Amino acid sequence: MLNLARKDLLLLAGFIIAVAAGPVIMTPLGLDYPDILQKFAIFGIFAIGFNILFGLTGYLSFGHAAFLGVGSYTAVWSFKLFSMNPLPAIIFSVILAGLFSALIGFVSLRRSGIYFSILTLAFAQMSYNLAYSVLTPITNGETGLQLEQADPRWLDTAVFGLDYGAALPSSSLFGVSMTGYPGFYFCAALLVICFYISIRIFRSPFGMVLKAVSSNQNRLNYTGINTRPYTLTAFIISGMYAGLAGGLLAVTDPLAGAERMQWTASGEVVLMTILGGTGTLLGPVLGAGIIKGAEAKLSQYNDSILTGFYDFLPETLQHAMVSISGLFVGEGWHLTLGAAFMLVVIFLPGGVMEGVRRIGRLFSKRKRGSGDAASQPAE
Amino acid sequence: MDDLLLQFLNGLDKGGAYALIALGLTLIFGTLGVVNFAHGALFMLGAFCAVTMRFLLGTSFDTISATKKDFLGNPLVEETPYVIHWFGNVGHAMIEYSVPVSILLAIPVMLLIGIALERGLIRFFYKRPHAEQILVTFGLAIVIQELVKSQFGANPIPQPPPDAARGMIDFGVMLGFAPGTVPYPTWRLVYLLFSLSIIGAVFSFLQFTTFGMVVRAGMADRETVGLLGINIGKRFTIVFGIAAVVAGLAGVMYTPILPPDYHMGMDFLVLSFVVVVVGGMGSLGGAVAAGFLLGILQSFTSMNEVKSLFPGIDQIIIYLIAVVILLVRPRGLMGRKGVME
Amino acid sequence: MATLLDVQGVNKTFGGLKALDDVNLKVEEGSVHAIIGPNGAGKSTLLNCFVGRLKPDTGTVMFAGKSLLGILPHQINQAGVARVFQTPEIFADLTLHENVMIPTFAKTDGAFRINAWQAVSGRKDVHERADAILQDVGLYEKRNDHSGSLSRGDKRRLELAMCLVQDPKLLLLDEPTAGMSRADTNNTIDLLKKIGERGITKIIIEHDMHVVFSLADKVSVLARGHVIAEGSPDEIKGDARVQEAYLGGTHP
Repeated sequence: MLNLARKDLLLLAGFIIAVAAGPVIMTPLGLDYPDILQKFAIFGIFAIGFNILFGLTGYLSFGHAAFLGVGSYTAVWSFKLFSMNPLPAIIFSVILAGLFSALIGFVSLRRSGIYFSILTLAFAQMSYNLAYSVLTPITNGETGLQLEQADPRWLDTAVFGLDYGAALPSSSLFGVSMTGYPGFYFCAALLVICFYISIRIFRSPFGMVLKAVSSNQNRLNYTGINTRPYTLTAFIISGMYAGLAGGLLAVTDPLAGAERMQWTASGEVVLMTILGGTGTLLGPVLGAGIIKGAEAKLSQYNDSILTGFYDFLPETLQHAMVSISGLFVGEGWHLTLGAAFMLVVIFLPGGVMEGVRRIGRLFSKRKRGSGDAASQPAE
Repeated sequence: MDDLLLQFLNGLDKGGAYALIALGLTLIFGTLGVVNFAHGALFMLGAFCAVTMRFLLGTSFDTISATKKDFLGNPLVEETPYVIHWFGNVGHAMIEYSVPVSILLAIPVMLLIGIALERGLIRFFYKRPHAEQILVTFGLAIVIQELVKSQFGANPIPQPPPDAARGMIDFGVMLGFAPGTVPYPTWRLVYLLFSLSIIGAVFSFLQFTTFGMVVRAGMADRETVGLLGINIGKRFTIVFGIAAVVAGLAGVMYTPILPPDYHMGMDFLVLSFVVVVVGGMGSLGGAVAAGFLLGILQSFTSMNEVKSLFPGIDQIIIYLIAVVILLVRPRGLMGRKGVME
Repeated sequence: MATLLDVQGVNKTFGGLKALDDVNLKVEEGSVHAIIGPNGAGKSTLLNCFVGRLKPDTGTVMFAGKSLLGILPHQINQAGVARVFQTPEIFADLTLHENVMIPTFAKTDGAFRINAWQAVSGRKDVHERADAILQDVGLYEKRNDHSGSLSRGDKRRLELAMCLVQDPKLLLLDEPTAGMSRADTNNTIDLLKKIGERGITKIIIEHDMHVVFSLADKVSVLARGHVIAEGSPDEIKGDARVQEAYLGGTHP
């Protein structure tokens, strides 16, 4: 079915159930409101796409935020000019981000290793700087691109005869507003489709060649494979994923700013992918969930909540603990992010998925260990 | 013509900062083989050494004035910094010259931080892939940045230069232009001279000491030097410490030009990496040359005449040059053939 | 017999050093042609001219009637030239089976094809071909292991399998037994003899005489960038110039 092996079919089925039940699963964590659920899905898509490039080919791009930004701007322009329907918006986002990534990828992929990383970084910073300065007519500079009452929306007005009245319209899919839970399920459906596509790519001959690129590019050339179009295709695919994610950000909240293109935003998707597990199917989605979840959760905490939390301690110790933990939450949650990231790279380069595997192996070994004890006492 | 001269001068001090950061990056990359994304954070830490020093020097005790009253008629509370109380006029001078005085604090602090980082973290990454080095130092940079933010807040903290270096120097007059056409802030000249002397010190250290000789040999051929039985590990630690000090000093002296905030390091890091790439990975001379070159180019492109021809060029010139260099001459301006091409 | 590879008047200079001096070479279809010579004789330079890594200053390299000069490594492979490296080059992160499937895909699907929508498991033709070749080189039992953990000898076997699965017209072997133990060397010789039954034309660059004389039909001797002798292994053994090149090769 769906041209997937049994194992992958189960994975996909489990994934669909988990995503559909997202609001329920996140309730115990207090993360069951639509805004954050939308973010999970959107950044999940971003990270899945990034993983197709970095996880398979090993090319570490530090400029993918540029494609996210292009996607957002495109979607907002589509709202302004054509229609508040999210479908044309995300289609345009994906196409434009694809074209943009083809351009940047074509140049950047002429180099590999850290030079590739710096080239992509340079292109992304250029886009960011230009979005702030010369391209202000398109990007609206520092203020960011927003919807306006006077926008033409000619498809809506001329073809469908929609009138949004005095209020600023929100994006709606044939009458269903893309805010709140409908917005989440729209993003979730796309997340599932993106996940399915990623499984297909991973299991295809194309994906196998991409894995070989990270393993030994020299051998691959002498094996009769022209590596550059392969890496370029992977780059464009991941750029289109980023464009889709950017478009969806605008669908759920119709504005776009240049800070979305800054290199810290590119760093964030790298963190998500690594944290979850580079080169694994599920890892990037997990990483995106963990980071966006931790962001939402930790930035809520403040000193009074912490004081309550350490209530059982003697007063001086309580104060000390509150001020230490206080560094890591609220405004300072980035510190937690940085520290967690360092710990993962140092101790668990395979990310959360590697951790899961290790624990799994530990259990299976223990089981086998007790079973084999009689037959192999020497071990 | 006078405009060109002014822009040239304006580019020099920024170029000096780029050159100093890039020098450390190259030193670390060339000897240790590590791509250090936390180097901008070290620059920023140096800048905050100046902030701390000024804070320490300004620490005061309160006395109630016998004669003066405040506007409510209550006796006025006067603050007297301890240094003035203790040292009198020397104390005044120390506060006045707090930025250069901070160098005394920055050298030991940055050296210790550098050594601690190398021993505690970086050395475990010598043999790991470049991608992982980038990632772990990127995480480290975030941590340093956030710690500074929690201590000093998110807003820039202006640091005044000493009064003596506060004004402008009118270079134009010396070269026969009308007075006032080429005004150049004195502190920027101080910074330029300072960065040149640090660069000179680093180069002569590498050129004329045995230690420097080993480091240079290590940059040329790491494996062979390792085979000679020289204790490379210890030297690596010191090299990292030196690079940290150089970045820190660059940061200290830059504070009167750019009020430090917690993310200034990241902004400079991206540019400095570009500088290293343009100069040639592993080439010290290339890093310095490219630093000044890019600083000056950036300055020239911000002239209105240029901007009207190529809108936005000042925003992207450095990146544009990096892209061109990487494509036509991947080893950089002065890089050796075969180093990470 | 027809000539498969025809090298005419190839010169290559590095700086002031003449690495190849008017090299002429004809490799007959179906033969095993060894190129031997002392260190620095230009063997590797010559090989690199066949595979697109170096471009000779003058001269032509014709393969089955087409020039091999100025085209890229993957194009040369697609033309039917496979290559074994001095140190085995394999995909260390992938399984043995995947290692052999990739060259098979290169053969069946060409240098570039976005076959991202088909499943590897659905390509029965490729699976069968890869399994068969792993059987032939004796690595079938390890097909699901990661190839990075193989012994040096087994890596060489795997690399040979990766070449053979493409049914190349010409197989280039660059010191196939370099750095191997005596036992591994003999194993490799046996394997190469077995491959010989397939009738693939081979060029062997080698300085181990034992390997050369047990495999080659024809031997060319290279010294200071020049072919100084050519003939059957027996003729070469008795050739005075060859002995001089090997023993007194460093003297002008």
